[in-house]
Amino acid sequence: MNGLLHQIASGIASGAIYASVALALVMIYQATHHVNFAQGEMATLSTFVALTLIHAGVPFWGAFVLTILLSFALGVVVERILMRPMMNAPVLSSVGVFIGLLLVINALDGWIFGFTIKSFPSPFHAAHPLLGGYVSPHEIGETGLTVVVLTLVWLFFRYTTLGLAMRAAAYNPVSARLCGVRVNRMLGLGWGLAAAIGAAAGIMVAPVVFLDPNMMSGILLYAFAGALLGGIDSPLGAVIGGFVVGVLENLFGAYVVGTELKLTVALMIIVAVLLARPAGLFGRAVQSRV
Amino acid sequence: MPPLLEARGLTAGYGETNVLHGIDFAVEEGGVTALLGANGAGKTTTLRALCGMIRRGGEIAFAGQRIERAATEDIVRRGVGHVPDGRGTFMELTVEENLRLGAYTRRDRAGVAADIARLFDYFPRLRERLRQQAGTLSGGEQQMLAIARALLVRPRLLLLDEPSFGLAPLIVRDIFHILRRINTEERMSILVVEQNASLALDLADHAYLLETGRIVVSGTAAAIRQDEAVRRSYLGY
Ligand SMILES: Nc1ncnc2c1ncn2[C@@H]1O[C@H](COP(=O)(O)OP(=O)(O)O)[C@@H](O)[C@H]1O
Ligand SMILES: [Mg+2]
Repeated sequence: MNGLLHQIASGIASGAIYASVALALVMIYQATHHVNFAQGEMATLSTFVALTLIHAGVPFWGAFVLTILLSFALGVVVERILMRPMMNAPVLSSVGVFIGLLLVINALDGWIFGFTIKSFPSPFHAAHPLLGGYVSPHEIGETGLTVVVLTLVWLFFRYTTLGLAMRAAAYNPVSARLCGVRVNRMLGLGWGLAAAIGAAAGIMVAPVVFLDPNMMSGILLYAFAGALLGGIDSPLGAVIGGFVVGVLENLFGAYVVGTELKLTVALMIIVAVLLARPAGLFGRAVQSRV
Repeated sequence: MPPLLEARGLTAGYGETNVLHGIDFAVEEGGVTALLGANGAGKTTTLRALCGMIRRGGEIAFAGQRIERAATEDIVRRGVGHVPDGRGTFMELTVEENLRLGAYTRRDRAGVAADIARLFDYFPRLRERLRQQAGTLSGGEQQMLAIARALLVRPRLLLLDEPSFGLAPLIVRDIFHILRRINTEERMSILVVEQNASLALDLADHAYLLETGRIVVSGTAAAIRQDEAVRRSYLGY
C-alpha cells in the first residue's frame, strides 16, 4: 500500500514534466500541424545553459528566469530561421528538418558541454520528511512549480487578447489576418512560449534524471504519448494525458514490466491510441480544412 | 473627389495560372458597388487580391494610398473590412471571442463596447448566442457574425463575398435589409460580390459584370439592370 502511494506520487511528479512537454508539442502542432521532434533537445540545451549560469555563480532562481527568457528567444529564432521557410512544405520534409534540428542541438550540447552525466541542483529542500515521506521535497516543489506554469499558460490563452489572437492565428490564419492579427508574429511567440515551457520542464527534471545531451529523449517519447492520449489538438487533453502517462509508467514499471522496460509503456500507449482512438481522449476527430 | 477604392489593370491568380486578366473598377465613398458574375468568374479572387491574400499585380489605390504591395494585416488596419468567402468563422471560439478578434486592432475600449452594442441592434441574435461556440451557429447567424466582425475593424470599406450564399430566402432578405441600413446609417462604403444579381442590384448603385477574369459590362445599377446580357443570363427575364 505504501509502495503503491509512493509510485503514484512520483508518477504525478514525472507526469507534470510530461504534461509540460506535451503542452509544448500541442501548441506547436495546433499552430503549424507539425510535431516538433526537437522540442526535447531544445529543452536540454536550455538546461545546460541554466547549469552553466549556476556554475558561474548566478543564484538558482535567477538562472531559472534568465534561462526561460533565453529559451523564449531561442524558440522565436528557430521559428524565424527554420520554420518560416517551411510553412507550406510537405509534412515529410518538415519531419526531416525537425530531426535535423534534433541531431544538431544534440551534437552541439555534447560538443560544448561534454557527454558526461552531470548532477543538477534542486532548489527544493526540507528539514523534515513531507507528506509522510512518500514524496521527496523536490517532487513536491517540481510538481507545484509545473502546475503554476501550466495554470499561467492557461490563464494567458484564456483571458488575454494576445492569447486569443494566438489561438485565432492557429485555428484559422486566413481569418486572423483579416482581423489584423500579425499571424507570423503569433507563430514566433508560440514557438518562444513552447521553448520556455520546455526549458522549465528540463530544469525541473534534471535534478532527478541528471543532465546529459540525451536527457530529454525518453521524456519526449512519454510526452508524445501523453499528447496523443489526450488528443494532439487539445492542450488540456495533452496536460491530462501527460499526468496519466506519468502515473501509468510508474505503476507498470513497479508492478508489471520492471523498470528496464518502462519506455515500452510509452510505445504501447502510442500504438494503442493510434489504433483505438486516433483523435485521443479529448481531441476532435480529424477534419481537413479546404 | 477620387473614388475610395480604385483598381487599375488588376491581375491575380493561384500558382502559375492567372485568374484575373487586368480589370479596372472603382468604389465611390459612401456607395455600394456590386461585382456580379457566374460561379468561377473570379469574384472571390478579386476580393482576395484587394486584401493581399494571393499573388496579384496592377495598381490598387485605397483612400489615396497604394496598397497593391501591402500585407493583408496592414490593408485591414488601413480600413478594409472583409467578410470572406465561406464566412471565415473561428468555429472553435465563442461568438464573443470572434467579436473580440474583430476589434483586435483597436485600443479604444469604450468605442468597441459602443460599437458592439450598436451591432446587437442590427443582429440581436448574436447577443443571445454570445457565450456559444461559433461553430454551433446556423449559417445565417454565422454570416451575421462575419459582418459584425468585419465592422468591428471600423473599416472605411466593407467587402462582402456572397453574403446570400447557402441561406434561406427570408434570412437573405433580412441580411440585405441590414446591409442597406449599414450603408445609409453608418455611411459605410460597400463592395459586394454576388451570384444573385437581382439581389445585389437592389442594394448597389454601381455594378460590374465579371466573366472569366474580365469585366464585360459596367455602369450604374439601373443601367445594368436593363443590359441585355445581364438580364438574360443573371436576371432571368
Ligand atoms: N485556392 C485556389 N487555388 C487555385 N485555383 C483557384 C482557387 N480559388 C479559385 N480558383 C480558381 O479561380 C477561378 C475563379 O474562382 P473564384 O474567384 O472563386 O470565382 P467566383 O468567386 O467568381 O465563383 C476558378 O477557375 C477557380 O477554379
Ligand atoms: Mg466566390
